[in-house]
Amino acid sequence: MSQVILPELGEGIEKALVAFWHCKVGDHVEKDSEIVELVTDKATFNVTADFAGVVKEILVPEGEEAKIGQVLAVIES
Amino acid sequence: MEIIDLGLIDYQSAYELQKNAVGEVIAGKPERIFLCEHPTVLTLGRLADENYILAPWEELTRRGIAVVAIDRGGEVTLHSPGQLVVYPILDLKKHGKDIKLYMHRLEEAAIVFLREYGIASSRNPGKTGVWLGPRKIASIGVGVKKWVSFHGIGININTDLELFSLINPCGLGVTMTSVKEIRGENIDFQKAKRDFAAILTRHFFAKQGTESDSFDNNFGYNI
Repeated sequence: MSQVILPELGEGIEKALVAFWHCKVGDHVEKDSEIVELVTDKATFNVTADFAGVVKEILVPEGEEAKIGQVLAVIES
Repeated sequence: MEIIDLGLIDYQSAYELQKNAVGEVIAGKPERIFLCEHPTVLTLGRLADENYILAPWEELTRRGIAVVAIDRGGEVTLHSPGQLVVYPILDLKKHGKDIKLYMHRLEEAAIVFLREYGIASSRNPGKTGVWLGPRKIASIGVGVKKWVSFHGIGININTDLELFSLINPCGLGVTMTSVKEIRGENIDFQKAKRDFAAILTRHFFAKQGTESDSFDNNFGYNI
């Protein structure tokens, strides 16, 4: 099990909006594929998978904000 | 680092070029900066509210104005000939690895550029873009993948400002302005393009290695 975490985006940025999930629970994701798009102010940040695996859980739905370091999804490799 | 002038190019074609370039920069190829103009198009960011398009769809269709949903932050944006659109495809890990810092530096480059044209502009705390008091002259919307940037900044040089009445820019209800409007004369667009490219390059690359490395050896200038 590995967690997809909202990464550090820059100084003074404490949270981001989960704007779009590229995958759903049960999907197989490849290493480096896009998992989720985060929006902060006028920037969109694409989080990619560090490893291949199956999406077990999506913890923050589209349209909700999450904090830096918060777990967004769980992937089983 | 390469600077590539795409001339007048439709939004989607430029987007495809950006996406390919992002993949290449992630793979370790040289960073690049695309410069271009787009035929009139409205783009909707991920947070966009279609209500910010004020013109009826029939009017947009009649005038041949496309509406494109895209993967960047920000609301509704209008691109049109006379607006200098710049897409830096940079590895932000080499430029501070900080999204806010990156956007600030884009704004700073535009402020320096405008100063060369005798225009005093500034940032507006809490709002991205470059401003002359309440009027906005440059808009920013960026995308980042694996810390490589895409999308970028649009600076109104000779943009037909009447077109902004089609939308509520960025949902802010702001008034847009242009270099042409402030100066009261049509601006040499190619020169503006070269001027901004030089400033942007200096801004992002002058501190990397020695200056001569950045300018003489790695500065592929294709305009």
